[in-house]
Amino acid sequence: MPDLDLPDPDPSGPGLLDAGFLRRWMTAAAASVDREADRLTALDSAIGDADHGSNLRRGFTAVASELEKEPPDTPGAVLALAGRHLISTVGGASGPLYGTLLRRAGKALGDAAAVSRQELADALRAGVDAVRQLGGAAPGDKTMVDALVPAVDALGTSFAAARSAAEEGALATTPLRARKGRASYLGERSVGHQDPGAASSALLVAALAEAAGE
Amino acid sequence: MKMLINVAETVVADALRGMAAAHPELVVDVENRVVVRRDAPVAGKVALVSGGGSGHEPLHGGFVGPGMLSAACPGEVFTSPVPDQMLRAAAAVDSGAGVLFVVKNYTGDVLNFDMAAELAEDEGVQVAKVLVDDDVAVSDSLYTAGRRGTGATLFVEKIAGAAAEEGQPLERVETIARQVNAGSRSFGVALTACSTPAKGGPTFDLPPGELELGVGIHGEPGRERRAMMTSGEIADFAVDAILADLSPRNPVLVLVNGMGATPLLELYGFSAEVQRVLAARGVAVARTLVGNYVTSLDMAGASVTLCQIDEELLRLWDAPVATPGLRWGR
Repeated sequence: MPDLDLPDPDPSGPGLLDAGFLRRWMTAAAASVDREADRLTALDSAIGDADHGSNLRRGFTAVASELEKEPPDTPGAVLALAGRHLISTVGGASGPLYGTLLRRAGKALGDAAAVSRQELADALRAGVDAVRQLGGAAPGDKTMVDALVPAVDALGTSFAAARSAAEEGALATTPLRARKGRASYLGERSVGHQDPGAASSALLVAALAEAAGE
Repeated sequence: MKMLINVAETVVADALRGMAAAHPELVVDVENRVVVRRDAPVAGKVALVSGGGSGHEPLHGGFVGPGMLSAACPGEVFTSPVPDQMLRAAAAVDSGAGVLFVVKNYTGDVLNFDMAAELAEDEGVQVAKVLVDDDVAVSDSLYTAGRRGTGATLFVEKIAGAAAEEGQPLERVETIARQVNAGSRSFGVALTACSTPAKGGPTFDLPPGELELGVGIHGEPGRERRAMMTSGEIADFAVDAILADLSPRNPVLVLVNGMGATPLLELYGFSAEVQRVLAARGVAVARTLVGNYVTSLDMAGASVTLCQIDEELLRLWDAPVATPGLRWGR
Protein backbone atom coordinates (compact mmCIF):
# COMPACT_ATOMS: atom_id res chain seq x y z
CA MET A 1 0.00 0.00 0.00
CA PRO A 2 1.38 3.45 -0.90
CA ASP A 3 0.93 4.91 2.57
CA LEU A 4 4.59 4.96 3.53
CA ASP A 5 4.61 8.76 3.68
CA LEU A 6 2.04 8.84 6.46
CA PRO A 7 3.37 9.77 9.89
CA ASP A 8 3.93 6.98 12.38
CA PRO A 9 0.99 6.18 14.64
CA ASP A 10 0.84 8.16 17.86
CA PRO A 11 3.02 6.34 20.44
CA SER A 12 0.17 6.42 22.96
CA GLY A 13 -0.86 3.19 21.28
CA PRO A 14 -4.15 1.44 20.60
CA GLY A 15 -7.49 3.19 20.32
CA LEU A 16 -6.26 5.69 17.79
CA LEU A 17 -9.01 7.04 15.61
CA ASP A 18 -8.06 7.72 12.02
CA ALA A 19 -9.89 9.10 9.00
CA GLY A 20 -11.24 5.62 8.23
CA PHE A 21 -12.88 5.47 11.66
CA LEU A 22 -14.54 8.87 11.19
CA ARG A 23 -15.75 7.79 7.74
CA ARG A 24 -17.23 4.62 9.29
CA TRP A 25 -19.01 6.86 11.80
CA MET A 26 -20.57 8.98 9.07
CA THR A 27 -21.54 5.90 7.04
CA ALA A 28 -23.13 4.30 10.10
CA ALA A 29 -24.95 7.57 10.82
CA ALA A 30 -26.30 7.67 7.27
CA ALA A 31 -27.56 4.09 7.54
CA SER A 32 -29.12 4.75 10.93
CA VAL A 33 -30.85 7.97 9.86
CA ASP A 34 -32.14 6.14 6.79
CA ARG A 35 -33.57 3.29 8.93
CA GLU A 36 -35.08 5.65 11.49
CA ALA A 37 -36.28 8.43 9.17
CA ASP A 38 -39.94 7.56 9.55
CA ARG A 39 -39.70 7.54 13.35
CA LEU A 40 -37.96 10.95 13.33
CA THR A 41 -40.60 12.34 11.02
CA ALA A 42 -43.36 10.95 13.25
CA LEU A 43 -41.81 12.65 16.30
CA ASP A 44 -41.55 15.87 14.29
CA SER A 45 -45.15 15.53 13.19
CA ALA A 46 -46.32 15.71 16.82
CA ILE A 47 -44.58 18.99 17.69
CA GLY A 48 -43.02 20.29 14.49
CA ASP A 49 -43.65 20.07 10.80
CA ALA A 50 -43.08 16.43 9.94
CA ASP A 51 -39.90 16.62 7.91
CA HIS A 52 -36.97 15.95 10.23
CA GLY A 53 -36.41 12.38 9.04
CA SER A 54 -36.56 13.13 5.33
CA ASN A 55 -34.31 16.20 5.65
CA LEU A 56 -31.59 14.41 7.61
CA ARG A 57 -31.79 11.41 5.30
CA ARG A 58 -31.14 13.68 2.32
CA GLY A 59 -28.17 15.26 4.12
CA PHE A 60 -26.45 12.14 5.42
CA THR A 61 -26.97 10.30 2.14
CA ALA A 62 -25.12 13.16 0.43
CA VAL A 63 -22.37 13.03 3.06
CA ALA A 64 -21.89 9.27 2.68
CA SER A 65 -21.68 9.50 -1.10
CA GLU A 66 -19.21 12.43 -1.00
CA LEU A 67 -16.98 10.57 1.47
CA GLU A 68 -16.91 7.60 -0.85
CA LYS A 69 -16.07 9.71 -3.91
CA GLU A 70 -13.12 11.54 -2.39
CA PRO A 71 -12.22 10.16 1.02
CA PRO A 72 -10.36 12.82 3.05
CA ASP A 73 -7.27 11.50 4.82
CA THR A 74 -7.54 13.13 8.24
CA PRO A 75 -10.28 12.87 10.89
CA GLY A 76 -10.66 16.65 10.91
CA ALA A 77 -11.13 16.77 7.14
CA VAL A 78 -13.78 14.04 7.27
CA LEU A 79 -15.86 15.99 9.78
CA ALA A 80 -15.34 19.31 7.98
CA LEU A 81 -16.50 17.82 4.69
CA ALA A 82 -19.50 16.18 6.35
CA GLY A 83 -20.46 19.47 8.00
CA ARG A 84 -20.20 21.42 4.77
CA HIS A 85 -22.42 18.97 2.93
CA LEU A 86 -25.04 18.96 5.69
CA ILE A 87 -25.23 22.76 5.48
CA SER A 88 -25.57 22.59 1.68
CA THR A 89 -28.23 19.88 1.54
CA VAL A 90 -30.39 19.69 4.68
CA GLY A 91 -31.91 23.15 5.07
CA GLY A 92 -34.15 24.02 7.99
CA ALA A 93 -32.49 24.56 11.34
CA SER A 94 -31.00 21.07 11.36
CA GLY A 95 -28.69 21.76 8.41
CA PRO A 96 -26.80 24.71 9.91
CA LEU A 97 -26.86 23.18 13.42
CA TYR A 98 -25.59 19.68 12.55
CA GLY A 99 -23.30 21.18 9.92
CA THR A 100 -21.78 23.54 12.46
CA LEU A 101 -21.40 20.74 15.01
CA LEU A 102 -19.27 18.66 12.63
CA ARG A 103 -17.41 21.52 10.96
CA ARG A 104 -16.36 23.03 14.26
CA ALA A 105 -15.34 19.64 15.62
CA GLY A 106 -13.37 19.01 12.44
CA LYS A 107 -11.61 22.34 12.79
CA ALA A 108 -10.73 21.53 16.42
CA LEU A 109 -9.09 18.27 15.32
CA GLY A 110 -6.75 20.18 13.01
CA ASP A 111 -4.74 18.09 10.56
CA ALA A 112 -3.75 15.25 12.91
CA ALA A 113 -3.63 11.90 11.09
CA ALA A 114 -5.22 10.14 14.08
CA VAL A 115 -6.71 11.25 17.38
CA SER A 116 -7.56 9.73 20.75
CA ARG A 117 -11.09 9.30 22.08
CA GLN A 118 -10.47 12.14 24.50
CA GLU A 119 -9.34 14.41 21.68
CA LEU A 120 -12.47 13.55 19.74
CA ALA A 121 -14.57 14.26 22.84
CA ASP A 122 -12.92 17.67 23.25
CA ALA A 123 -13.45 18.50 19.58
CA LEU A 124 -17.12 17.50 19.74
CA ARG A 125 -17.51 19.63 22.85
CA ALA A 126 -16.25 22.60 20.84
CA GLY A 127 -18.83 21.64 18.19
CA VAL A 128 -21.63 21.47 20.75
CA ASP A 129 -20.61 24.86 22.13
CA ALA A 130 -20.86 26.29 18.62
CA VAL A 131 -24.32 24.74 18.22
CA ARG A 132 -25.44 26.30 21.50
CA GLN A 133 -24.16 29.67 20.40
CA LEU A 134 -25.75 29.48 16.95
CA GLY A 135 -29.15 28.24 18.12
CA GLY A 136 -29.17 30.01 21.46
CA ALA A 137 -30.32 26.82 23.18
CA ALA A 138 -29.32 25.78 26.70
CA PRO A 139 -29.76 22.34 28.29
CA GLY A 140 -33.42 21.86 29.24
CA ASP A 141 -34.80 23.83 26.26
CA LYS A 142 -35.92 20.56 24.64
CA THR A 143 -33.45 20.51 21.75
CA MET A 144 -30.57 18.43 20.36
CA VAL A 145 -28.38 20.03 23.03
CA ASP A 146 -30.12 17.86 25.65
CA ALA A 147 -28.71 14.72 24.02
CA LEU A 148 -25.35 16.10 22.89
CA VAL A 149 -24.13 17.69 26.13
CA PRO A 150 -24.38 14.52 28.27
CA ALA A 151 -22.98 12.45 25.39
CA VAL A 152 -19.87 14.59 25.07
CA ASP A 153 -19.41 14.48 28.85
CA ALA A 154 -19.64 10.67 28.84
CA LEU A 155 -17.39 10.22 25.82
CA GLY A 156 -14.42 10.72 28.15
CA THR A 157 -15.41 7.36 29.71
CA SER A 158 -16.30 5.24 26.69
CA PHE A 159 -18.21 5.23 23.40
CA ALA A 160 -20.89 3.03 24.95
CA ALA A 161 -21.30 5.46 27.85
CA ALA A 162 -21.76 8.31 25.38
CA ARG A 163 -24.44 6.34 23.54
CA SER A 164 -26.36 5.64 26.77
CA ALA A 165 -26.06 9.24 27.90
CA ALA A 166 -27.37 10.54 24.57
CA GLU A 167 -30.29 8.12 24.59
CA GLU A 168 -31.19 9.04 28.17
CA GLY A 169 -30.86 12.75 27.35
CA ALA A 170 -33.16 12.37 24.33
CA LEU A 171 -35.79 10.48 26.33
CA ALA A 172 -35.58 13.05 29.11
CA THR A 173 -36.80 15.76 26.68
CA THR A 174 -40.29 14.20 26.66
CA PRO A 175 -41.70 15.97 29.75
CA LEU A 176 -40.01 19.29 28.92
CA ARG A 177 -41.66 22.37 27.49
CA ALA A 178 -39.89 23.53 24.31
CA ARG A 179 -38.22 26.92 24.48
CA LYS A 180 -36.38 26.91 21.15
CA GLY A 181 -37.18 25.87 17.60
CA ARG A 182 -40.53 25.32 16.02
CA ALA A 183 -41.93 23.25 18.90
CA SER A 184 -41.66 26.32 21.12
CA TYR A 185 -44.74 27.77 19.39
CA LEU A 186 -46.82 25.06 21.03
CA GLY A 187 -46.06 26.16 24.58
CA GLU A 188 -47.45 23.62 27.05
CA ARG A 189 -48.64 21.43 24.19
CA SER A 190 -45.05 20.44 23.46
CA VAL A 191 -44.96 18.59 26.80
CA GLY A 192 -45.21 14.80 26.51
CA HIS A 193 -43.40 14.47 23.17
CA GLN A 194 -39.76 13.55 22.65
CA ASP A 195 -37.79 16.23 20.80
CA PRO A 196 -36.98 15.03 17.26
CA GLY A 197 -33.62 16.83 17.21
CA ALA A 198 -32.57 15.18 20.47
CA ALA A 199 -33.67 11.84 19.02
CA SER A 200 -31.58 12.28 15.87
CA SER A 201 -28.61 13.42 17.97
CA ALA A 202 -28.88 10.17 19.94
CA LEU A 203 -28.78 8.27 16.63
CA LEU A 204 -25.62 10.13 15.63
CA VAL A 205 -23.91 9.22 18.93
CA ALA A 206 -25.11 5.60 18.68
CA ALA A 207 -23.54 5.44 15.21
CA LEU A 208 -20.26 6.60 16.74
CA ALA A 209 -20.38 3.73 19.25
CA GLU A 210 -21.23 1.36 16.41
CA ALA A 211 -18.21 2.52 14.43
CA ALA A 212 -16.07 1.84 17.51
CA GLY A 213 -17.56 -1.63 17.84
CA GLU A 214 -19.05 -0.84 21.26
CA MET B 1 -54.42 10.83 0.70
CA LYS B 2 -54.59 11.53 -3.04
CA MET B 3 -52.20 14.18 -4.38
CA LEU B 4 -51.61 15.47 -7.89
CA ILE B 5 -47.93 14.53 -7.88
CA ASN B 6 -45.53 12.01 -9.37
CA VAL B 7 -43.40 11.18 -6.34
CA ALA B 8 -42.89 13.16 -3.15
CA GLU B 9 -39.15 13.60 -3.80
CA THR B 10 -39.65 15.70 -6.94
CA VAL B 11 -42.61 17.97 -6.04
CA VAL B 12 -40.50 21.11 -5.71
CA ALA B 13 -38.49 20.50 -8.90
CA ASP B 14 -41.66 19.60 -10.82
CA ALA B 15 -43.37 22.82 -9.72
CA LEU B 16 -40.32 24.87 -10.71
CA ARG B 17 -40.30 23.29 -14.17
CA GLY B 18 -43.95 24.26 -14.50
CA MET B 19 -43.19 27.76 -13.34
CA ALA B 20 -40.40 28.11 -15.89
CA ALA B 21 -42.76 27.13 -18.69
CA ALA B 22 -45.54 29.49 -17.56
CA HIS B 23 -43.37 32.50 -16.80
CA PRO B 24 -40.73 33.28 -19.42
CA GLU B 25 -40.28 36.66 -17.72
CA LEU B 26 -38.52 34.76 -14.91
CA VAL B 27 -35.32 32.74 -14.96
CA VAL B 28 -36.09 29.54 -13.07
CA ASP B 29 -32.99 27.53 -12.21
CA VAL B 30 -34.59 24.19 -11.39
CA GLU B 31 -31.37 22.44 -10.40
CA ASN B 32 -30.12 25.12 -8.05
CA ARG B 33 -33.58 26.21 -6.92
CA VAL B 34 -33.44 29.91 -7.58
CA VAL B 35 -36.12 32.06 -9.25
CA VAL B 36 -34.80 35.38 -10.63
CA ARG B 37 -36.44 38.18 -12.60
CA ARG B 38 -35.10 38.03 -16.11
CA ASP B 39 -33.93 41.67 -16.25
CA ALA B 40 -31.77 41.29 -13.12
CA PRO B 41 -29.47 42.83 -12.09
CA VAL B 42 -31.26 46.15 -12.57
CA ALA B 43 -28.65 48.92 -12.74
CA GLY B 44 -28.49 51.20 -9.74
CA LYS B 45 -31.33 49.51 -7.87
CA VAL B 46 -31.41 47.62 -4.61
CA ALA B 47 -32.38 43.96 -5.00
CA LEU B 48 -34.73 42.04 -2.71
CA VAL B 49 -34.11 38.33 -2.08
CA SER B 50 -36.41 36.15 -0.06
CA GLY B 51 -37.05 32.48 0.31
CA GLY B 52 -38.33 29.81 2.60
CA GLY B 53 -39.78 26.36 2.60
CA SER B 54 -42.01 25.41 -0.31
CA GLY B 55 -45.72 24.83 0.30
CA HIS B 56 -46.67 28.49 0.79
CA GLU B 57 -47.19 29.37 -2.88
CA PRO B 58 -47.45 31.90 -4.38
CA LEU B 59 -45.00 33.03 -1.63
CA HIS B 60 -42.08 33.52 -2.46
CA GLY B 61 -41.38 32.54 -6.08
CA GLY B 62 -44.73 33.93 -7.21
CA PHE B 63 -43.73 37.36 -5.93
CA VAL B 64 -40.66 37.71 -8.13
CA GLY B 65 -40.87 40.49 -10.69
CA PRO B 66 -40.75 44.27 -11.15
CA GLY B 67 -41.97 46.06 -8.03
CA MET B 68 -41.49 43.16 -5.64
CA LEU B 69 -38.77 40.48 -5.22
CA SER B 70 -35.68 40.27 -7.42
CA ALA B 71 -35.16 36.61 -6.58
CA ALA B 72 -36.58 33.83 -4.43
CA CYS B 73 -35.08 30.63 -3.05
CA PRO B 74 -37.54 27.78 -2.56
CA GLY B 75 -36.54 25.11 -0.06
CA GLU B 76 -37.96 21.63 0.31
CA VAL B 77 -41.57 21.56 1.50
CA PHE B 78 -41.71 23.44 4.83
CA THR B 79 -37.90 23.43 5.03
CA SER B 80 -35.81 26.55 4.71
CA PRO B 81 -33.53 26.78 1.71
CA VAL B 82 -29.76 26.34 2.10
CA PRO B 83 -27.13 29.14 2.07
CA ASP B 84 -25.85 28.13 -1.40
CA GLN B 85 -29.23 29.16 -2.86
CA MET B 86 -29.29 32.62 -1.28
CA LEU B 87 -25.67 33.17 -2.25
CA ARG B 88 -26.42 32.29 -5.87
CA ALA B 89 -29.52 34.51 -5.85
CA ALA B 90 -27.65 37.46 -4.34
CA ALA B 91 -24.88 37.16 -6.94
CA ALA B 92 -27.46 37.05 -9.76
CA VAL B 93 -29.39 40.16 -8.69
CA ASP B 94 -26.85 42.50 -7.10
CA SER B 95 -26.24 45.55 -9.27
CA GLY B 96 -23.79 46.96 -6.77
CA ALA B 97 -26.54 48.83 -4.90
CA GLY B 98 -26.89 46.06 -2.34
CA VAL B 99 -29.29 43.26 -1.48
CA LEU B 100 -32.03 43.10 1.16
CA PHE B 101 -32.79 39.63 2.52
CA VAL B 102 -36.43 39.29 3.63
CA VAL B 103 -36.45 36.50 6.20
CA LYS B 104 -39.44 34.97 7.97
CA ASN B 105 -38.63 34.44 11.63
CA TYR B 106 -38.15 30.69 11.87
CA THR B 107 -34.97 29.27 13.35
CA GLY B 108 -34.04 27.47 10.13
CA ASP B 109 -34.65 30.43 7.84
CA VAL B 110 -32.74 32.76 10.14
CA LEU B 111 -29.70 30.46 10.44
CA ASN B 112 -29.45 29.76 6.72
CA PHE B 113 -29.90 33.40 5.68
CA ASP B 114 -27.34 34.48 8.31
CA MET B 115 -24.79 32.07 6.89
CA ALA B 116 -25.58 33.24 3.37
CA ALA B 117 -25.25 36.91 4.34
CA GLU B 118 -21.80 36.27 5.76
CA LEU B 119 -20.69 34.44 2.61
CA ALA B 120 -22.18 37.10 0.30
CA GLU B 121 -20.40 39.88 2.18
CA ASP B 122 -17.16 37.93 1.79
CA GLU B 123 -17.81 38.13 -1.95
CA GLY B 124 -18.30 41.87 -1.81
CA VAL B 125 -22.11 42.05 -1.87
CA GLN B 126 -23.59 44.57 0.55
CA VAL B 127 -26.36 42.74 2.43
CA ALA B 128 -29.06 43.98 4.80
CA LYS B 129 -31.62 41.74 6.49
CA VAL B 130 -35.15 42.24 7.74
CA LEU B 131 -36.89 39.67 9.91
CA VAL B 132 -40.65 39.30 9.54
CA ASP B 133 -42.36 38.33 12.81
CA ASP B 134 -46.01 39.30 12.78
CA ASP B 135 -47.92 36.35 14.25
CA VAL B 136 -49.61 37.39 17.51
CA ALA B 137 -50.62 33.79 18.25
CA VAL B 138 -47.12 33.16 19.58
CA SER B 139 -46.95 34.43 23.14
CA ASP B 140 -44.10 34.36 25.62
CA SER B 141 -41.75 35.32 22.86
CA LEU B 142 -38.90 35.67 25.36
CA TYR B 143 -39.16 31.94 25.95
CA THR B 144 -39.71 30.77 22.40
CA ALA B 145 -38.07 31.21 19.03
CA GLY B 146 -40.09 34.45 18.82
CA ARG B 147 -43.08 35.38 16.74
CA ARG B 148 -43.49 33.61 13.42
CA GLY B 149 -43.38 35.38 10.10
CA THR B 150 -46.64 34.90 8.19
CA GLY B 151 -48.94 37.21 6.18
CA ALA B 152 -46.93 40.39 6.77
CA THR B 153 -44.25 38.93 4.51
CA LEU B 154 -46.42 39.91 1.54
CA PHE B 155 -46.69 43.51 2.79
CA VAL B 156 -42.94 43.73 3.42
CA GLU B 157 -42.02 42.28 0.02
CA LYS B 158 -44.51 44.46 -1.88
CA ILE B 159 -43.81 47.77 -0.13
CA ALA B 160 -40.02 47.42 0.20
CA GLY B 161 -39.97 46.06 -3.37
CA ALA B 162 -41.70 49.21 -4.59
CA ALA B 163 -39.19 51.37 -2.72
CA ALA B 164 -36.32 49.48 -4.36
CA GLU B 165 -37.95 49.80 -7.78
CA GLU B 166 -38.07 53.58 -7.27
CA GLY B 167 -34.31 53.56 -6.79
CA GLN B 168 -34.24 54.23 -3.05
CA PRO B 169 -30.92 53.28 -1.38
CA LEU B 170 -30.42 50.07 0.63
CA GLU B 171 -30.55 51.78 4.01
CA ARG B 172 -33.89 53.39 3.17
CA VAL B 173 -35.37 50.19 1.70
CA GLU B 174 -34.33 48.32 4.85
CA THR B 175 -35.90 51.00 7.09
CA ILE B 176 -39.16 50.83 5.15
CA ALA B 177 -39.19 47.03 5.39
CA ARG B 178 -38.69 47.22 9.15
CA GLN B 179 -41.40 49.84 9.46
CA VAL B 180 -43.88 47.63 7.59
CA ASN B 181 -43.05 44.64 9.78
CA ALA B 182 -43.25 46.67 12.99
CA GLY B 183 -46.73 47.88 12.01
CA SER B 184 -48.07 44.46 11.02
CA ARG B 185 -49.82 41.74 13.02
CA SER B 186 -51.43 38.47 11.96
CA PHE B 187 -53.64 35.74 13.36
CA GLY B 188 -54.51 32.46 11.64
CA VAL B 189 -56.99 29.62 12.08
CA ALA B 190 -57.09 26.12 10.64
CA LEU B 191 -60.23 24.15 9.88
CA THR B 192 -58.24 21.12 8.72
CA ALA B 193 -54.64 19.95 9.00
CA CYS B 194 -52.44 20.06 5.92
CA SER B 195 -50.81 17.06 4.28
CA THR B 196 -47.17 17.10 3.25
CA PRO B 197 -46.14 15.04 0.22
CA ALA B 198 -43.40 13.37 2.29
CA LYS B 199 -45.86 12.17 4.91
CA GLY B 200 -48.67 11.50 2.45
CA GLY B 201 -51.30 12.42 5.02
CA PRO B 202 -52.33 15.06 7.55
CA THR B 203 -49.51 16.35 9.77
CA PHE B 204 -51.79 16.57 12.80
CA ASP B 205 -55.24 15.36 13.87
CA LEU B 206 -58.05 17.87 13.87
CA PRO B 207 -61.49 16.34 14.52
CA PRO B 208 -64.29 17.40 12.14
CA GLY B 209 -66.16 19.49 14.72
CA GLU B 210 -63.15 21.54 15.87
CA LEU B 211 -60.81 24.28 14.69
CA GLU B 212 -57.27 25.36 15.66
CA LEU B 213 -56.87 28.96 16.71
CA GLY B 214 -53.50 30.64 16.27
CA VAL B 215 -52.17 28.16 13.77
CA GLY B 216 -48.92 28.68 11.86
CA ILE B 217 -48.27 28.09 8.17
CA HIS B 218 -46.35 24.82 8.45
CA GLY B 219 -48.99 22.44 9.65
CA GLU B 220 -47.73 22.98 13.15
CA PRO B 221 -50.70 22.79 15.49
CA GLY B 222 -52.02 26.01 16.98
CA ARG B 223 -52.13 26.96 20.60
CA GLU B 224 -55.80 26.39 21.30
CA ARG B 225 -58.50 24.11 19.97
CA ARG B 226 -62.21 24.88 20.14
CA ALA B 227 -65.54 23.65 18.86
CA MET B 228 -66.10 24.95 15.32
CA MET B 229 -67.13 28.62 15.17
CA THR B 230 -68.94 30.70 12.56
CA SER B 231 -67.09 33.02 10.17
CA GLY B 232 -68.29 36.02 12.21
CA GLU B 233 -67.11 34.50 15.50
CA ILE B 234 -63.72 33.68 14.01
CA ALA B 235 -63.39 37.25 12.68
CA ASP B 236 -64.18 38.64 16.15
CA PHE B 237 -61.58 36.36 17.72
CA ALA B 238 -58.84 36.98 15.13
CA VAL B 239 -59.23 40.76 14.91
CA ASP B 240 -59.44 41.15 18.68
CA ALA B 241 -56.31 39.03 19.11
CA ILE B 242 -54.51 41.39 16.73
CA LEU B 243 -55.89 44.57 18.26
CA ALA B 244 -54.84 43.40 21.72
CA ASP B 245 -51.31 43.92 20.41
CA LEU B 246 -51.63 46.72 17.86
CA SER B 247 -53.55 49.98 18.31
CA PRO B 248 -53.59 51.51 14.84
CA ARG B 249 -53.95 55.28 14.79
CA ASN B 250 -53.61 55.33 11.02
CA PRO B 251 -55.61 53.41 8.41
CA VAL B 252 -54.56 49.81 7.83
CA LEU B 253 -53.96 47.47 4.94
CA VAL B 254 -55.95 44.28 5.42
CA LEU B 255 -54.91 40.89 4.07
CA VAL B 256 -57.57 38.19 4.34
CA ASN B 257 -55.46 35.23 3.35
CA GLY B 258 -56.57 31.72 2.51
CA MET B 259 -54.46 28.79 3.75
CA GLY B 260 -54.86 26.90 0.49
CA ALA B 261 -58.06 24.87 0.59
CA THR B 262 -60.65 27.46 1.56
CA PRO B 263 -62.76 28.71 -1.38
CA LEU B 264 -62.74 32.40 -2.30
CA LEU B 265 -66.51 32.38 -1.65
CA GLU B 266 -65.78 31.69 2.02
CA LEU B 267 -62.77 34.05 2.11
CA TYR B 268 -64.81 37.01 0.85
CA GLY B 269 -67.55 36.22 3.36
CA PHE B 270 -64.93 36.09 6.10
CA SER B 271 -63.44 39.36 4.83
CA ALA B 272 -66.87 41.01 5.20
CA GLU B 273 -66.92 39.87 8.84
CA VAL B 274 -63.38 41.20 9.36
CA GLN B 275 -64.48 44.59 7.98
CA ARG B 276 -67.49 44.57 10.32
CA VAL B 277 -65.29 43.98 13.38
CA LEU B 278 -62.72 46.60 12.30
CA ALA B 279 -65.48 49.18 11.79
CA ALA B 280 -66.92 48.36 15.21
CA ARG B 281 -63.46 48.85 16.78
CA GLY B 282 -62.96 52.18 14.97
CA VAL B 283 -60.13 50.99 12.70
CA ALA B 284 -60.08 52.65 9.27
CA VAL B 285 -59.28 50.41 6.31
CA ALA B 286 -57.23 51.84 3.44
CA ARG B 287 -56.98 48.74 1.20
CA THR B 288 -58.08 45.12 1.41
CA LEU B 289 -56.56 42.14 -0.39
CA VAL B 290 -58.43 38.81 -0.37
CA GLY B 291 -57.00 35.55 -1.70
CA ASN B 292 -54.56 32.68 -1.27
CA TYR B 293 -51.15 34.32 -0.90
CA VAL B 294 -49.31 32.77 2.07
CA THR B 295 -50.63 29.25 2.07
CA SER B 296 -50.01 26.05 3.94
CA LEU B 297 -50.38 23.37 1.25
CA ASP B 298 -53.94 22.03 1.36
CA MET B 299 -54.88 23.40 4.76
CA ALA B 300 -58.39 24.84 5.07
CA GLY B 301 -58.56 28.05 7.05
CA ALA B 302 -57.55 31.67 6.85
CA SER B 303 -55.41 34.34 8.43
CA VAL B 304 -55.93 38.05 8.94
CA THR B 305 -53.03 40.49 8.69
CA LEU B 306 -53.32 44.18 9.48
CA CYS B 307 -50.58 46.63 8.53
CA GLN B 308 -50.61 50.16 9.86
CA ILE B 309 -49.51 52.55 7.13
CA ASP B 310 -48.79 56.18 6.42
CA GLU B 311 -49.04 58.10 3.15
CA GLU B 312 -45.69 56.95 1.84
CA LEU B 313 -46.36 53.28 2.58
CA LEU B 314 -49.78 53.53 0.93
CA ARG B 315 -48.22 55.09 -2.15
CA LEU B 316 -45.67 52.26 -2.30
CA TRP B 317 -48.43 49.68 -1.81
CA ASP B 318 -50.36 51.19 -4.73
CA ALA B 319 -47.27 51.33 -6.97
CA PRO B 320 -47.23 49.01 -9.99
CA VAL B 321 -46.27 45.39 -9.46
CA ALA B 322 -45.90 42.64 -12.06
CA THR B 323 -45.37 39.17 -10.60
CA PRO B 324 -47.14 35.83 -11.13
CA GLY B 325 -48.91 36.17 -7.78
CA LEU B 326 -49.57 39.90 -7.49
CA ARG B 327 -50.08 42.25 -10.42
CA TRP B 328 -51.58 45.70 -10.77
CA GLY B 329 -50.99 49.21 -12.03
CA ARG B 330 -49.50 48.49 -15.44
